[in-house]
This record gives sequence, C-alpha cells and structure tokens, in this order.
Amino acid sequence: MTRHIVARTSDIPPGGNKVFGVDGRDIVVFHVNGEFFALLNRCPHAGAPLEKAACVARLTSPEPGVYERSRVGELLRCAWHGWEFDMRNGQSWFDPKRVKIRSYPVSVESGEVLQKGPYVAETFPVHVEDSYVIIET
Amino acid sequence: MSDVIDRPILAEEAAAKSRLRIIDCDVHPSIHAHSDIEQFMPKRWQEHLRTYGSHLRTPYIGTTPYPRSSPLIARRDAWPPTGGPPGSDLDFMRKQHLDPLDIEYGILQVLDLFIFSQQNLEFGAAIQRAINDWQLAFWSDRDPRLKASILAGQDDTQLAIAEIERCAKIGRYVQINVCPRANEPLGRRRYWPIYARAQELGLPLGIHVGGYGGHAPTGGGWPSYYAEEHQSNAHTMAAQLTSLVLEGVPERFPNLKIIFIEGGFGWIPSATWRMDRHFEAFRSEVPHLKRRPSEYVKEHFWFTTQPIDEPDEGKHLRSLIEWVGVDRLLFSSDYPHWDFDDPRYAFRTPLTETERRKIFNGNARALYKL
Ligand code: FES
Repeated sequence: MTRHIVARTSDIPPGGNKVFGVDGRDIVVFHVNGEFFALLNRCPHAGAPLEKAACVARLTSPEPGVYERSRVGELLRCAWHGWEFDMRNGQSWFDPKRVKIRSYPVSVESGEVLQKGPYVAETFPVHVEDSYVIIET
Repeated sequence: MSDVIDRPILAEEAAAKSRLRIIDCDVHPSIHAHSDIEQFMPKRWQEHLRTYGSHLRTPYIGTTPYPRSSPLIARRDAWPPTGGPPGSDLDFMRKQHLDPLDIEYGILQVLDLFIFSQQNLEFGAAIQRAINDWQLAFWSDRDPRLKASILAGQDDTQLAIAEIERCAKIGRYVQINVCPRANEPLGRRRYWPIYARAQELGLPLGIHVGGYGGHAPTGGGWPSYYAEEHQSNAHTMAAQLTSLVLEGVPERFPNLKIIFIEGGFGWIPSATWRMDRHFEAFRSEVPHLKRRPSEYVKEHFWFTTQPIDEPDEGKHLRSLIEWVGVDRLLFSSDYPHWDFDDPRYAFRTPLTETERRKIFNGNARALYKL
C-alpha cells in the first residue's frame, strides 16, 4: 500500500469533492459531515464521472407510506442513470454483491505526524500546522 | 470485481481496421431562451406564449413533467458552464458529446415547450414551425453534423401537411416527426394524409416517446410514480406499433419507413409474436392485412436502441438483438438526458464488426440517406 498525501483538509469544502490523479487513476475525494471518502472517479455501470454525482441521503421505507431518511449526504447518486452507492465502501444498494465502486482507505493526519513518518508526499509540501487527506492505493 | 461491469468490447472490436463513426439518432437540443424562438414566431403567437403559455392535455395544472429523476431530466454533468439548460450550448455539446464520441451525424429531437401536447392546435403549429426554423438556424447551419426533423403535430392534419410542405421545400430535414401520444391511436385513418405525404417525399416518419395525448399513459390508468410512467413508454410504443400494423398503414403505404425513437426494443419480440398469433385467430376481422404482422414489422419499422434493456446475462441481450434483427436497430444516446447511453458501454454483449457497423452507422445512413 502506498500512502499518498493529496490535499489539505481545507481544500475540499464540506459537501464538496475534488479529483486527484494518483498513479494514473482519477480518484475523487468527498468531504461529508467531517469525514473524507475516496473512490475511483468512474461509475461501474457505464463510466460516468462520479465527481458529478449527487450526494444524497439514504431513503428507506419500512412499510408503504412510511419514509425514513438517514446518513444524509453519504450516498452517491450517479449523474447519469441514478444508480446509488454507499460512499463508505463503494457498494451499491440495489445489488451490493455484484456492483461496487472501487474505494480507497482515507485518513486525515496532521502535518506534525506526517513530517515524522516515512510517507510519500505526492501532491503537497507538508506544513506542520495543517491537516492532510491521505489516500492508500 | 471489475471497475466497470464486464465491458464487453471484443479484442477485434478494439482493433477494427477502420474507424467506426457513430450516427446518433436521438440528440436533444434545447432552447437557451424563449427569445431565441420568438424571432421565428409571428407577433400574435409571441404574445400568446407570453400571456397564456402552454395549455397542455395533462389533467391538472402543474402536472408538467419536471423534475423527473433529475432536473430537466438531464445528466448532472451536462449543464453547460456558460449557463442555460443542458443541450442548449452547441460548443459544449461538441466538446462533451459530438467530438469525443466521434459522432458523424446526430439526429435532432426537440421536446421543448411540449410541442406535441398543446391543446390549442394553432398555437402548437406556430411553435412547431418556429422550432423547425430554429433547428436549422441554431444547430444545422452551425454544425453540419446535426440533422433536423420536421415536427408536425398530427391532430390537425391540415396544419401538419402545410408545415411538412413548407419544410420539404427547404429540403434540409431528414424525417417527419409525429407524437406517440396523440388523440387517437396512430394507425387511424385521420392521420393517413400525413403518411401519404411522407411516403411521397421519401422521408421516414419518426415517433419519439413523450407528450401527452390527454389519456392516461398506461392502459391501467394514471401511474403514481415516475418509475411507472417511464416504464409506460414501452407500452405506448407497443400499442402504436400494433395500431399502425393492424390498421394497415404499411400495407397501404408500402414505401413508408417508420422509426420508433427512445422506446427501447426489448418489448418488440413479444409484441410481434403476439400479433402473429392473433392474426391467425382473427384474420377475418382484418382482411386488409395480406401478410403476418411480424413481416410488416421486419420490413417497415426501425427502432432506436436507447434506453437499452440490460438483462443480467449478456447472452439474453444477444438473443434479443437477434430476435429484433440487427437490420432494425439504430444507435441512439439520448444526450443529454439522464438515461443517456454511452456507445462504448451500451451493449453488454459482444457484437461482431459487421453488426456494430450496421447498428452504429450503416442502418441509419441508409434510412436517412446520409
Ligand atoms: S453510469 Fe452511473 S448509473 Fe449509469
């Protein structure tokens, strides 16, 4: 696993996303409710760019006429045909066994820690006072 | 798990000797601002548009169709950076669609202003006329890849014929479009003068899904959900194919070519098998038919591919294509709408090079005489 430092946490606004070229792949990082999620920027259905997907809530219905919203902003709804995926692990809701987006582990670390560790700083010169988003591929 | 589900491009497809350019039979341009089409409308109808707007055949005010699944039923990545609705910016359409997908021709299908569903037929005709002129001025004149259709609402035959004549004189349109949700089923004789004229002019008849005929869009009534209504596009097309064949349109107009657009094609085999069975039982009711219904379907009708059916197993799509006939299918993307098909991924089953050439280019080239 290679760790790539791709952004400062402040570079991706809450509710927004940013695409990074990492090892020849486009990886999109979403910032939702204080957490970061990294996914291959490509829908497994027909290749739409996931950076254009809508961040939606999970809508469930325990019985007809009753609706519940949960995990607001954590589900991706693809920009083309509307397939929905869980940002946490890339799994689809309608066919979780078969259909999945490639996802990557993400962590946030402070500049202080990073400067001590043997990590590959791909995109950013690290400053001790900032926090950084790190993707593992 | 692959990143993109079994992308079924054969090795020989990738290495095809000559480049396969695409004819996309369903591209939706849209109006950037009403003022763009007002210049093609007499003052009287400009004022009407401003004062009364659309009076549609939907049962309740406000049941017009947006948003359906996504704003303006569009791909979320299709909003031009310059503003305006998806499909309204030619440069962006070139950059996002025509150039990267190597589109040789795109056949324009305009849906704006509910052209075919206006209750006021003269106002409807004024809009159709304006949009027919706008298609040339704003699209075909600026990009010769884009081909226009003559929009002619069929519920007033005389107005429709007048518009067909006017456009045919200009000579730059590739088909005549009527609506699948008319006041009566499309095979009825009231519409035959339009078919007669299309046959004489050698222009195919295009029937794109959508519109409101004032009837419930399903045989079972008004659906609750968009998911249900979207499904009904296929039933509507099946009903219209049945009407056209059984009322004898291809029998009466043997050189007329009819194209069903955006209805998909999964329903065709069962619709034709069923018609053939019924024909055997009810032959004496329809003695004007000289052949089995499926034979008319195989010779007089074509179908655009989108929204393509996606069975779980690729081999089932393969059978479907064979049942419908490789000669009957015309590739379409439906750009920039939400259920857009990307030609690189649309067919989840391998096609031979000959089949690809027919579906993606050859069939449309012959039909539209491009
Ligand atoms: S490309 Fe994402 S749902 Fe089809």
